[in-house]
Amino acid sequence: MSSSANDFASNPLGTSITLEELYDAFELLDDWEDRYAFIIDLGKQLPPFPDAQRTEKNYVHGCQSQVWLIHHYDKESGKLLLLIDSDAIIVRGLAAIILLAFNNLTPTDLLATDIDKLFERLDLFRHISPTRGNGLRSMISKIRNIAAAEIA
Amino acid sequence: MSSVSTAKTAPPQFDVEAVRRDFPTLSQQVNGKPLVYLDNGASSQRPEAVLLAMDRYYREMHSNVHRGAHTLGDRATNAFESAREKVQKFLNAPSSRQIIWTRGATEAINLVANGLTEKLKPGDEILLSQMEHHANIVPWQILAERTGAKVVPIGVTPEGELDRESFHCLLGERTRILAFNHVSNALGTINPVADMVAKAKAQGVITLIDGAQAVPHFQVDVQALDCDFYVFSAHKMFGPTGIGILYGKADLLEAMPPWQGGGEMIERVSFAGTTYNTLPYKFEAGTPAVAEAVGLGAAIDYLASLDRGAMEAAENALLRRANDLVASVPGMTVVGTAANKVPVMSFTIEGLHPSDIGTLLDQQGIAVRTGHHCAMPLMEFYEIPGTARASFAFYNTLEEVEQLFTALRKIQSRFA
Repeated sequence: MSSSANDFASNPLGTSITLEELYDAFELLDDWEDRYAFIIDLGKQLPPFPDAQRTEKNYVHGCQSQVWLIHHYDKESGKLLLLIDSDAIIVRGLAAIILLAFNNLTPTDLLATDIDKLFERLDLFRHISPTRGNGLRSMISKIRNIAAAEIA
Repeated sequence: MSSVSTAKTAPPQFDVEAVRRDFPTLSQQVNGKPLVYLDNGASSQRPEAVLLAMDRYYREMHSNVHRGAHTLGDRATNAFESAREKVQKFLNAPSSRQIIWTRGATEAINLVANGLTEKLKPGDEILLSQMEHHANIVPWQILAERTGAKVVPIGVTPEGELDRESFHCLLGERTRILAFNHVSNALGTINPVADMVAKAKAQGVITLIDGAQAVPHFQVDVQALDCDFYVFSAHKMFGPTGIGILYGKADLLEAMPPWQGGGEMIERVSFAGTTYNTLPYKFEAGTPAVAEAVGLGAAIDYLASLDRGAMEAAENALLRRANDLVASVPGMTVVGTAANKVPVMSFTIEGLHPSDIGTLLDQQGIAVRTGHHCAMPLMEFYEIPGTARASFAFYNTLEEVEQLFTALRKIQSRFA
């Protein structure tokens, strides 16, 4: 079963909530507790993930938690819509940040987005570094591969 | 310092603060907080004595072993072989010929699994347990695939002990090999090795014990256990990475074919045919990890310089304190509540994934392991994706246990 445009319609990440808002909000948080509470709250903004899409094909390997990713290419707008789910609340929050950066962009713009720089600016780079082994790295490459495939 | 003289002068109380000063890694800050290292089950830290021994080896005596007709070669060989004798005494093995250097417990199990190929026929059974580390499952599955034998797991009770009834049922006519851990890495359960080995032996079954999680915590006597093989890794018992031990009964080791070919393991090589070296060298192809062997020897000396009885008592006190504090964290469940445990606490907290717990503890300077602990069949049994695991060593303090629980209460109340 393939994902339909409806699954993505209610996603505020990268649409009504923007990266600039994230940067502004993050600057006001100075201790780790507030930062993580913020990240976890952001994860709660992820729209519900359709149960039927929790399939092997959509499963992101290499994560300690269970992570799923689906996408829909909107031919009319030329934009790529993404949806992520995880059973770990911090991974959900980090996935929300990834969606803020990647969701609702044309594949070309998505590939031009420097996600590492974004996470460095938020001082969260260690969470997506290749050594971390929490699977966020493989989530990011999976998204980039999807974008590259749409262009090809 | 010899173990005898220290045993006489050792204070009745285990001086954990003095011991901590021997471990340089422990006195650092992580994320702005003093490091609380509770991931000893994955890998422990090394005392200064191990670092110095390895440094000294490279500075003063490095050369290839068993080869040089010169002084450095003799020094290196002496250091290397004397480390082997230390391991022999450490395990109370009958002879140092029965101590084989490997890269770790994993390689040791692979070596044995490979060496026993000829002993198995289709339909034979290899008895493991549901609480094994993948390193004590996959090599046997590969062996089973190659020989047509079958891997059969002994069940586990909800408390995390090996199910005696399941063991007695499964130990049957077709059982050829019994392999299980002395101590479970995921749960900390200490298994009744001597008893199970005796029952297996009565049926002529070959036994291998994975001691990786046992040797850091208590003394092991392979002759008393009477197992055929015993394996462990140095890095979990305060020694270097990249080296481990295979102990084996002499007759079995003699009968096993070599598993890697190369230098050192041969007696004579010709294209008409090659004859193999004697034990232990038959299984040690290539230049060995000499500095690491020396480092492991130093780790054994270090442990011998401590009062191991007092150490064990101190470790048990850590686990008792942790157990007492569990009720203070709402939604916390301990996974593995066996009566006989090393100081390991695997747990879950409602509303948090183990990886969340790990990340949020790290922010507070506390290192634990999270995930399936390379024991996926065990996690499947408990129907959980994984746990967070605090694994203590003798250098951990009661204050650190308190800090762990203060941190867990904070995480639970703020984030769960």
